[in-house]
Amino acid sequence: MIRVVLPAHLRRLARIDGEVVLDVSGKVTQCSVLDALEARYPMLRGTIRDHHTMRRRAFIRFFACEEDLSHDQPDAPLPDAVAAGAEPYLIVGAMAGG
Amino acid sequence: MSGVRALVGTRKGAFVLSSDGNRRDWNISGPYFSGWEIYHMKGSPADPDRLYASQSSGWSGQVIQRSDDGGATWEPVGNQFSYDGTPGTHQWYDGTPHPWEFARVWHLEPSLDDPDTVFAGVEDAGLFKSTDGGTSWHELPGLRGHRSGSSWQPGAGGMCLHTIILDPAEPNRMFAAISAAGAFRSDDAGQTWRPVNRGLQSEGIPDPDAEVGHCVHRIAMHPLRPAVLYMQKHWDVMRSDDAGESWHEISGNLPTDFGFPIDVHAHEPETIYVVPITSDSEHFPPDGKLRVYRSRTGGDDWEPLTSGLPQQHCYVNVLRDAMAVDSLDTCGIYFGTTGGQVYASADAGDNWSPIVRDLPAVLSVEVQTLS
Repeated sequence: MIRVVLPAHLRRLARIDGEVVLDVSGKVTQCSVLDALEARYPMLRGTIRDHHTMRRRAFIRFFACEEDLSHDQPDAPLPDAVAAGAEPYLIVGAMAGG
Repeated sequence: MSGVRALVGTRKGAFVLSSDGNRRDWNISGPYFSGWEIYHMKGSPADPDRLYASQSSGWSGQVIQRSDDGGATWEPVGNQFSYDGTPGTHQWYDGTPHPWEFARVWHLEPSLDDPDTVFAGVEDAGLFKSTDGGTSWHELPGLRGHRSGSSWQPGAGGMCLHTIILDPAEPNRMFAAISAAGAFRSDDAGQTWRPVNRGLQSEGIPDPDAEVGHCVHRIAMHPLRPAVLYMQKHWDVMRSDDAGESWHEISGNLPTDFGFPIDVHAHEPETIYVVPITSDSEHFPPDGKLRVYRSRTGGDDWEPLTSGLPQQHCYVNVLRDAMAVDSLDTCGIYFGTTGGQVYASADAGDNWSPIVRDLPAVLSVEVQTLS
């Protein structure tokens, strides 16, 4: 069980209240978590990662366990606490603009 | 009883304003998609309950929303806008080649007869089409692929395709306008395009016959007279009587011919409206007086319309897609401002009153006349 927290504007888009809980089979990575998230909420495709390159959009950041994972490799394993559901995986809108 | 519905896009969400045919009492619903920029919303002429909205943000990119019940409920549809083939480059501000990059949808133009068909004008300038209600999009590459495409440059607001006009008399003819490339026409349903900018004179372009490079802000057409086009250019208000083949200036006695929107009375093809703005560096009305100017002669001879509009200390702007008309017997005119006001006139511009005063900055206004 993976817990994911989305920024408010994406929660509104996907009509989500609170955290998202996902089942991710196999290795728990940023890529596999985002794949599972987008499979359940297709309207989020293109809003977190670019449709084509699958790279993180410039003003979106990823955090977990008080660490900034934004520049980690997408296929690197997420922390054990995230994989175990003890800590959430945070998708954050960068503090920029108004 | 007949009524009207105004679709208002703002910097922080969408609003739907509705009234009966008297246009005195308004119901205001929204914000929809709060916190997101809504560059444009428009209803299908073939099915007024089918609406499309362009929702975007710097953080999360582009979303297209669709309503099938007149704006009561919305569903996100397709948001994948991929340029056809290898995108290539256009000119950047400094004259160097710059890759074509999708930023957002500026304008949505539903088909005149099919609710599931809709065109999207995007930044960086390109034209896309959906035939499945916005679920999937494909580029009409003939426009961006015109031999002049690699020389197009962005205007101050980005290189946006902001105007799409479908000719009701000739189904294969359409017009598009790009800032700052100019006006283009297709006579084969968007497959191939050619610039139609003869007669435009633009400061900073030394060649008086320059095929492209003109900062067209908006083009309007009356459906009963599709060969007549009106244009608000960066500077200059222009007119074409031959479907864009040539243009001549009709700024006449305007206090300034800089501005963004231009529109045509629903029943009088020679009655047109603009909102003069002080200059390209001062995007507010001259002397702090918000005045719509109306010409009943197809241009050149203009009268200020001031009744009900602020005539002191007003320093708002009216953006290119933020003016619209209804087609009730006494034509209604509407516009929204960057100060968040939406003004309406139920008597063709003689008298104005605000429908709402304190929305976020208004990006677009479209009006549907409902039977």
